[in-house]
Amino acid sequence: MRPKWQARAALAMVGWLAALAMFFPILWMVLTSFKTEIAAVATPPVVFFKPTLENYRAVLERADYLAFARNSVAVSLGSTLLALALAIPAAYSMAFFPSRRTKDILLWMLSTKMLPAVGVLVPIYLLWRSLGLLDTIAGLIVMDSISVLPLVVWMLFSFFREVPPEILEASRMDGASQREEMTHILLPLCTPGIAATALLSMILCWNEAFWSLNLTTVRAATLTVFTASFSSPEGLFWAKLSAASTLAIAPILIFGWMSQRQLVRGLSFGAVK
Amino acid sequence: MATVELRNVRKRFGAHEVIHGVDLRIEDREFVAFVGPSGSGKSTLLRMIAGLESVSEGEVLIDGAAVQDVAPARRGLAMVFQSYALYPHMTVAENMSFALRLAGVPAEERNRKVLAAARTLGMELLLERKPRELSGGQLQRVALGRAMVRQPKAFLLDEPLSNLDASLQAQMRLELVRLHRELDTTMIYVTHDQVEAMTMANRIVVLNDGRVEQLGTPLELYQHPASIFVAGFIGAPRMNFLEVEVTSETDECLALAYSQGAVWKVRAPREPIDGGGRIKLGIRPEHVALDENGELRGEIDAVEHLGPRAYLHARLADGTPLVVQTGGDTGVREGDRLAFRLRTDAAHLFDGDGRALRRQ
Amino acid sequence: MTGTKPARQKRSFRTVPLLAPSIFVLFLWMVVPLAMTLWFSAENYNLLSPGKNSFAGLGNYRDLLTSRALWIAMGNTLFLVGAVLVITLVFGTLLSVLLDSEFPGRGICRLLVVAPFFVMPTVSALIWKNMFMNPVFGVFAWITRSLGIGTIDFFSSMPLLAIVVIVAWEWTPFAVLILLPALQSLNREQKEAARLDGAGPIALFYHIELPHLRRPMAVVAMIEVIFFLSLFAEIYVTTGGGPGLASTNLAFLIFRDALLGWDVGRASAGGVFAIILANIVALFLMRVVGRGLEDMR
Repeated sequence: MRPKWQARAALAMVGWLAALAMFFPILWMVLTSFKTEIAAVATPPVVFFKPTLENYRAVLERADYLAFARNSVAVSLGSTLLALALAIPAAYSMAFFPSRRTKDILLWMLSTKMLPAVGVLVPIYLLWRSLGLLDTIAGLIVMDSISVLPLVVWMLFSFFREVPPEILEASRMDGASQREEMTHILLPLCTPGIAATALLSMILCWNEAFWSLNLTTVRAATLTVFTASFSSPEGLFWAKLSAASTLAIAPILIFGWMSQRQLVRGLSFGAVK
Repeated sequence: MATVELRNVRKRFGAHEVIHGVDLRIEDREFVAFVGPSGSGKSTLLRMIAGLESVSEGEVLIDGAAVQDVAPARRGLAMVFQSYALYPHMTVAENMSFALRLAGVPAEERNRKVLAAARTLGMELLLERKPRELSGGQLQRVALGRAMVRQPKAFLLDEPLSNLDASLQAQMRLELVRLHRELDTTMIYVTHDQVEAMTMANRIVVLNDGRVEQLGTPLELYQHPASIFVAGFIGAPRMNFLEVEVTSETDECLALAYSQGAVWKVRAPREPIDGGGRIKLGIRPEHVALDENGELRGEIDAVEHLGPRAYLHARLADGTPLVVQTGGDTGVREGDRLAFRLRTDAAHLFDGDGRALRRQ
Repeated sequence: MTGTKPARQKRSFRTVPLLAPSIFVLFLWMVVPLAMTLWFSAENYNLLSPGKNSFAGLGNYRDLLTSRALWIAMGNTLFLVGAVLVITLVFGTLLSVLLDSEFPGRGICRLLVVAPFFVMPTVSALIWKNMFMNPVFGVFAWITRSLGIGTIDFFSSMPLLAIVVIVAWEWTPFAVLILLPALQSLNREQKEAARLDGAGPIALFYHIELPHLRRPMAVVAMIEVIFFLSLFAEIYVTTGGGPGLASTNLAFLIFRDALLGWDVGRASAGGVFAIILANIVALFLMRVVGRGLEDMR
């Protein structure tokens, strides 16, 4: 029995209203990035305006903004690659050679994420200071990979388990060594899953704030730090800040939209598919 | 070409033993079927020969050399999996040449071998396709082709036809037998379908619960089953079993009494049955006939019409089922009360442990 | 004829080098900083007066547990976690049910609803702080002024609530991300059978959809609690924990002690406290909700 058209229209209206309400802050910021500074802080808020690209131009011309962006890219990419390098063999061994302890190991890895970062802020800070890792890309990469490693292992584990083990057995009969098994069969077959995992890792690292704020100051600061530094209300710069922020979140927004279905697996630690 | 031998092979998963001391020898170029119900260990045994499962105890020998510690790829065997296990991201040609590629065989030789195998199997046109574009029968051929290209010492086939529909199965059975003749290579074939085993194999290994029940040619298994299990497993419809009592015993003759007053005299077995007692009598449906004066009486529960034959499912007075083969044009109907006669010379006798009592 | 090496030995030889690096790294991460935190918490150690370390025993803990700041921060933390959890679950469920029904453009709406989760927390905080809640030129200010209520400085008068709003906005999409696919996986036939049995939309929701969502909701709750206990960026960017301690949570308090007050000993004690709290909450959650994650193949 199909609901009456009035019910469906009402549903559509509520749906669209809710969606727009959720998205409105982002939309507003994006709109503001195209306004002049004066229009940006005008009250009552300006809805119709003549768009301008001067904010984007100003932001992109700033060398330090590009440096921050570069750092974000480097940290996200580096952490993701490091996490994948550690996680792929681990997930492989747990998915295809499970032992009695496999489930415990996975749960233990999960539990390391329950350790509140703030609880170890002090030793990490001091350790990094004595190792010379403060305010370095490498230092941040280490921390981010550790934060993201359990999730990456879980996601890869769940994707690997979907490969019928007989296919790998067939490759073994065909003469493949363990390394060849992984490179010729497993990784090509699991490319979509690995891509989704990498995407999730990049999203989490890009948005990561706690360690970025505490372990970096000038040289290795990421876009998170850059945006956070504008926490005091300087209204005259708001349009430019909107432009900078839009640039900062745009790639991740797109990544997130592209891979949301796959992300559910990783975000819920594989518990929900 | 190779002989495959298993000596006192055992398999344990943790503390639980699933294969209990299997000994058997497969001759070069034989087609041997491992047959048995699910859980009998037939696939496990095959995988141990392949090297995909480890051997807890005992030896696996190929051509006289112990290989239980050798990696699967180096045993010179090829396996066809039940689910075909083809590499989904590679074309048919790449699937078939993968092993050669790993071994460093130059491209020209690889292509030659792949083409030759494809021709034998009649699938040259499929070489550039991907597995997901193929039908069940075609996937089967590719799996076979992949095994053939390696020119192995023996082929291991794990229920390769079970995913195909019935008519395709029948067709592929014949093709596999033809292939075996053409390739002239040892084949070890695992199936739960005794019809497949009977029609295809030179010899059959009947497995039950991790043990070899009997090893022999199809005819041997059919005519001289070594145990109740084999007797009941081989041959469809199943052999009938009746519990009888030994009323008298001489060197030459046994008198067996059954309820309803039926008494049979059969030739005595080689070993005397001490002191009488109850044993089991097995008789195949084709050795039971309709006879007005027959010693068994029963009511027909159902009639199976198969064209050239019909099977009457009767229930005797004491509730024991009896299946009787008769002509396809029989007029017997459900509910009919009829009498049956056994051909005592075709009866099989089994002792209390289920072992066959060999007749003289 | 003799027994062969049990293959399990061979197997574990192959897998140990594969697993070891990950386990090693995570183990180091757990053990070393943890041990150091425990060590420092028992020391009088202030970075402003280096070299004057002394053993403090439980002194730091005594100071901490008797300080007003800790208990205020605790209360704030629990309020924050609880409030955002409830809001995200309630609105997440409602939005999921909404997006599960068919209406034109539902796919785009889903993208719009899910977007806030992918925005950097610092940017989220900035958006809310400057665009909405700013008393001078924020949108909310304009609304309240038009309604004649005058301006409310959210971050001064209700800082914790303001943070709750921001975090709830960020994380409701997360709940939708998990709950919506779970809802969509609900067998259509089950719903149709219920409708034939006479269930209206509300009964359908209560008796069929809600029970099905129990497990994913448990997962959402678990994960959110883990993250909310250490919320940091939003507070850092907006209120800086203030006014006073009004919006300071445990994480921010420790940060303040460590990197603003440079009191390593006290901050470490706070850190231990936070870890213990997290473990208690995790254990409690695992007990109440644990079946969801324990259902591992």
